[in-house]
Amino acid sequence: MKTLTGTGGLIRLILRRDRFVLPLWILPLALIPVSYVKSFGELFPTGESRLRYAGNAGFVTLYGELSGTSLGEFITWRVGFVPVMVALASLLTVIRHTRVEEETGRRELLGSSVVGRHAGLAAALLTTFAANVLLAALLALGMYSQDLPMAGSVAIGLEFACTGWLFAAVGAVTAQLTASAGTARGIAISVLGASYVLRAAGDTSAHSDGPLGWLSWLSPLGWAQRIQPYGDNRWWPAVLVLAATVVLVAVAIYLSVRRDLGAGLLPDRLGPADGEVGSPLGLAWRLHRGLLVSWVTGFALLGLLFGGVAEGVGDLMKDDKDVQEMFARLGGSAGLIDSFLAGVMTIIGLIASAYAVQATLRLRAEETSGRAEPVLATASGRLRWAASHLVFGLLGPAAALLAAGLTEGLAYGLAVGEVGKQVPRLIGAALIQLPAVWILAAIAIVLFGLFPRLTPAAWAAPAICILIGLSSAGTNVAEWVRDISPFNHLPRLPGGTASAGSLVALIAIAVVLGLIGLIGLRRRDLPVG
Amino acid sequence: MADAAISTHGLVKTFGRTRALDGLDLTVRTGEVHGFLGPNGAGKTTTIRILLGMTRADSGTAKLLDGDPWSDATELHRRLAYVPGDVTLWPNLSGGEAIDLLGRMRGGLDKKRKAELLERFDLDPRKKARAYSKGNRQKVALVAALASDVELLLLDEPTSGLDPLMEEVFREVVQEVSDRDGRTVLLSSHILSEVEALCDRVTIIRAGRAVESGTLSELRHLTRTSIKAELVGPSNGLAELTGVHDLRVEDGQVRFDVDTDEINAVLRRLTEVGVRSLVSQPPSLEELFLRLYEPEGSSR
Repeated sequence: MKTLTGTGGLIRLILRRDRFVLPLWILPLALIPVSYVKSFGELFPTGESRLRYAGNAGFVTLYGELSGTSLGEFITWRVGFVPVMVALASLLTVIRHTRVEEETGRRELLGSSVVGRHAGLAAALLTTFAANVLLAALLALGMYSQDLPMAGSVAIGLEFACTGWLFAAVGAVTAQLTASAGTARGIAISVLGASYVLRAAGDTSAHSDGPLGWLSWLSPLGWAQRIQPYGDNRWWPAVLVLAATVVLVAVAIYLSVRRDLGAGLLPDRLGPADGEVGSPLGLAWRLHRGLLVSWVTGFALLGLLFGGVAEGVGDLMKDDKDVQEMFARLGGSAGLIDSFLAGVMTIIGLIASAYAVQATLRLRAEETSGRAEPVLATASGRLRWAASHLVFGLLGPAAALLAAGLTEGLAYGLAVGEVGKQVPRLIGAALIQLPAVWILAAIAIVLFGLFPRLTPAAWAAPAICILIGLSSAGTNVAEWVRDISPFNHLPRLPGGTASAGSLVALIAIAVVLGLIGLIGLRRRDLPVG
Repeated sequence: MADAAISTHGLVKTFGRTRALDGLDLTVRTGEVHGFLGPNGAGKTTTIRILLGMTRADSGTAKLLDGDPWSDATELHRRLAYVPGDVTLWPNLSGGEAIDLLGRMRGGLDKKRKAELLERFDLDPRKKARAYSKGNRQKVALVAALASDVELLLLDEPTSGLDPLMEEVFREVVQEVSDRDGRTVLLSSHILSEVEALCDRVTIIRAGRAVESGTLSELRHLTRTSIKAELVGPSNGLAELTGVHDLRVEDGQVRFDVDTDEINAVLRRLTEVGVRSLVSQPPSLEELFLRLYEPEGSSR
């Protein structure tokens, strides 16, 4: 076990470095489900009311199928998005302590001390595994304290923890693949996204008795969901997830001994001896194009998926007279599908805001890495430098939303034979999200310009909006809390009416915030470490 | 002062509680190679960042090529090139692309000159930046700066990471751009032989203040010459002379250090006694710098 020498020391280092970061995701993700128990129990006291609430096709896409009508099952279903966030936090933690360390050269310094070959990977994985166990224990205790059954509380903890474990292992594998941490993160998040989309597509299709229900079985998120806490409390899906985790960890170890420290698996090829890039914008294009292409592709696939399942949502209601009548008043089955699509657009908009923040924060990464310095020492002023990145932070999400609207319109339009009508309609519905997306990007600009060291806090804005978005429907969340999210001020399209007033107001807020940030940037020291 | 490429007076910059610059005066004359020396953390990089308009001084004035480094930054940057001490490059750009990028953004790059410098620095421009060693990344920044047609070069420990052969090339090239093209160079460095070979004048800073400034021969006057002499008579009274330090007497031989300014008076006294043999060791630059780098209060 010489290859593991020093693991303990490295774990202590990780705990020291992440002493604030770890509790920051462990605590809320464990406590959100606990906090839902009481309010949701009061809002939906009967099995029937729970079934009706969970039967909405949009909710099935988001959270999956309700496994049973007990309160525990209902809460587990309602917090179905939280395991995804656990998975995200886990994979980011592993990559942060493996590939990022190698990329920055810190691993090399440690590697020269008495540290075994596998100690770095082992320390990152063990810490993340332990963090997930802690999260599971807190969650189980919390749920049990809310008078939910013991067995089910342990099961929901297991569901969360094994999801976290599996994606920690995914992060460990992708960290071996490329020399760049950004790419490793991108691949791992794509795997998570694909798992979610497969689960969503499978569940939506199964809900409408479609032929694609098996898709959920391709997704680790789908497996974990089938533990069915508080219902069957099955243990075998957990074994499936854990087995996959073991395989992935083995793959990560296998890959890590086949490469050099600091290198990826794919060797670097030679580049051109002379460059064509000669302006800040050209440089920004080189730095952002990979990110842009992957987001646009991802959004196109997302649109395709949601557009594809949309028609089935209407079919669901064919047999249900009451619901038919209700939706007839709302505009028939078309109204139902529209409300589904509008819900989907909000989700897509929220995801696009994550891209906006990510692309905007590249500015800060350029600053802290020291790469901004030689550029700023040339004749390109700092505003031009910032603007060149903001082009991608602001228009990149626009391109991604456009792609999602286009493919969604095509898929749904082809299904109902109205391509000419649906494509522009859904493109419009996708692009209407932009003002809210821009506000979140502008918040990142303000932080970057005025409080550069706090720039990572920009991620709190999309996180808060996602939490508000996920918890607002059908609950007693106060209106003013919902109004914090700019997405709550957007017209619900397709189907609703767009009012120019709120859009103009949102854009004005984004512009003012952006200008404040840029003025701050112009006045401050650069780089600030 | 039209003949000063850089002049600062009383620059002060604080970061939180740390006073990085504490009233710094620095004058670099047009056309000279000016050495900028000081221990780690003395404020050299902060000074250069103020001159580049990246950091704003809390007080004091700075003039760069007759412009204001903060408000005229963009215009001034067309006329200067900068090499940071710690070069980070974009991992997915090749070295050649990075050189051309920086050159173009500065307003143009001499293609022939670039090819020549790549050859002399023995740098393969096709490699991706992440594949370069520290020295090679440094070369990328050096080629980009030296191939630009600019009046002023700001070099912040530019040879850190270069091998001795490349250091030699660097010296030749800087000598050329200074002699042939008449460029002004501000060279921050820890390598004394480099400073001695290249610099017309030097400024030494410590704790954010300039402690000495002048030509190297002027600075040598601040040092002490070591003297070993065999005397005919007794060495009485020698220790009381001003400028004599660390006097030791061993079987008719005296050894001491003498302030270079006082050397004449001390020699006169020695010849009065009668000298049989005399060895004098000129002050070394190392000793000078070590003495000037020492924190105030401690003495060597």
